[in-house]
Amino acid sequence: MPNRRRALLILLLLAAAMLASMVASLVVGSLQLDPLDVWRALLGEDAGLAGEVVRNLRLPRALAGLACGGLLALAGALMQVLLKNPLADPYVLGVSGGASVGALAAMLFGLPLLVLHAGAFAGALAAMVVVFGLAHGEGSWTQTRLLLTGVIVAAGCGALVALMLSIAPENQLRGMLFWLMGDLSQTESPWPALLVLLFGLACVLPFSRDLSLLARGELSAQVLGVPVTKLRLLIYALASLFTAVAVNIAGSIGFIGLIVPHLVRLAAGNDLRLLLPASVLVGGTLLVAADTLARVLIAPQQLPVGVLTALLGVPVFLYLLSRQPRRSGR
Amino acid sequence: MERAAPLLAASGLDIVVAGKTLVHGLKLSLCEGDTLAILGRNGSGKTTLLHTLAGLRPPSAGSVELCGQPYARLGPRAAAHLRGLLAQTQSDAFPASVLETALIGRHPHLGRWDWESVADERIALAALAAVGLAGLEQRDVQTLSGGERQRLAIATLLTQQPWLYLLDEPLAYLDLNHQIAMLDLAARYARDRDAGFVVILHDVNLALRYCRRALLLFGDGRWKEGPSAEVLNAENLSELYGHELRTLVDGDSSYFIAA
Repeated sequence: MPNRRRALLILLLLAAAMLASMVASLVVGSLQLDPLDVWRALLGEDAGLAGEVVRNLRLPRALAGLACGGLLALAGALMQVLLKNPLADPYVLGVSGGASVGALAAMLFGLPLLVLHAGAFAGALAAMVVVFGLAHGEGSWTQTRLLLTGVIVAAGCGALVALMLSIAPENQLRGMLFWLMGDLSQTESPWPALLVLLFGLACVLPFSRDLSLLARGELSAQVLGVPVTKLRLLIYALASLFTAVAVNIAGSIGFIGLIVPHLVRLAAGNDLRLLLPASVLVGGTLLVAADTLARVLIAPQQLPVGVLTALLGVPVFLYLLSRQPRRSGR
Repeated sequence: MERAAPLLAASGLDIVVAGKTLVHGLKLSLCEGDTLAILGRNGSGKTTLLHTLAGLRPPSAGSVELCGQPYARLGPRAAAHLRGLLAQTQSDAFPASVLETALIGRHPHLGRWDWESVADERIALAALAAVGLAGLEQRDVQTLSGGERQRLAIATLLTQQPWLYLLDEPLAYLDLNHQIAMLDLAARYARDRDAGFVVILHDVNLALRYCRRALLLFGDGRWKEGPSAEVLNAENLSELYGHELRTLVDGDSSYFIAA
């Protein structure tokens, strides 16, 4: 029985976990601070080194991680509804492939950071338009067509990326690889991503029960009064936008968009009224935690955060999956 | 409850699939408490007609009105209060419990931010009990048998509490006892709650026994509609199915069997 009290309780717990991961990311690092210092730095009372580190380095990076993780998880949950396929993730429709091509091309020609961002965003949008334009059809064929077109466009982008990596000069290769694996260290401002995330939640949450029905089948959703065509267009546009923004800030971070909605689904059920906001919180928490680990595990060297999200996500996911049969047998 | 307009009205309705006119100039009017069976061969446009009557696709020509209003003016939500559809197949891409699945029938009755209330749960539980699924509320839908899944779809439709029920082969997957129970349930709803039923059936004898009226679709644009006792005769049915049928008479009832 879906229950609002239970949902709010779960969201509250997840919000607390998110807060804890934020605090950890502000405290831990090459300059070890205690929470009190961080608090004073946040209030702007500490003008010293600690204040600088917290305000200008760690806080923007943590907020960017929060926003990107949330965006990717939300985009993944929406893609799974759109394609009615539990294996869909934000990258399945080629959006991150397009972004990678744009970003790596900018890197290859040694263009400034601003062009890199513009290139990544333009690439993502181009992939989006191509996939949707080609897959635009009628009826139930659309889902398969959309998926196939996306997979093919993504594969084409992958080939272009491999081509650029193979001809790239040695000194740029490392930056390119880090970008491909996902990297939060280049973050400038987290605010655009946070704003997009809030805007996205405001667009999606009012329709979350409609989306629950859509995930169960278009025909039954339509019979029950869900404006199916409009809603599908909306979630396609939003999921692509979220992915483009997240990829632009943090590179292509794998696994968050696929694993987080599943984690929530396995632990708390399939009701999108809970699944969507919970995915945002879990995605943000996971990415912030992974990024903190990426900074400190073998400091001063930094690891690509995308590797850590996978290393953290996979065991948790497998554990939840393996205990699933027992639950449904009860 | 009195209504000026009939529950469902169609006029000049054409059903065209892939360039072929399956139904031409259909005129239909269904009042409260009425039951109409649609019979025809495979591919004769029964499901497409039912979806058109449900407002899920525009007619190739002609008009459909639900309680005196075209679907475009009603809007999807208002339409969902008035008519429900049992689809031919059910899809479950994601796991969900039986109770949750029945509860989606409450969607049109809930506000944008509402969650299902205890009253909604009671309606869903009653619907599950009515189709013999009491006790299975917490089961995952993906573990149900074909017949159980079909009965769950019927329970979801009952939970929706529409006025007009459009059923696409409701007896598919059901064993004999549940087939009769399903049709008894429909007859009870038509009698006690003034609900209207349009039912696609393949069993001529059940159509004759349970539906007051019958619509025969010949698949080439022609159709016949009228009281079951008149329309359902050996001559019409033999033409409809392209196979000779014979009539067996037992007291007041007659039965059709394939020759």
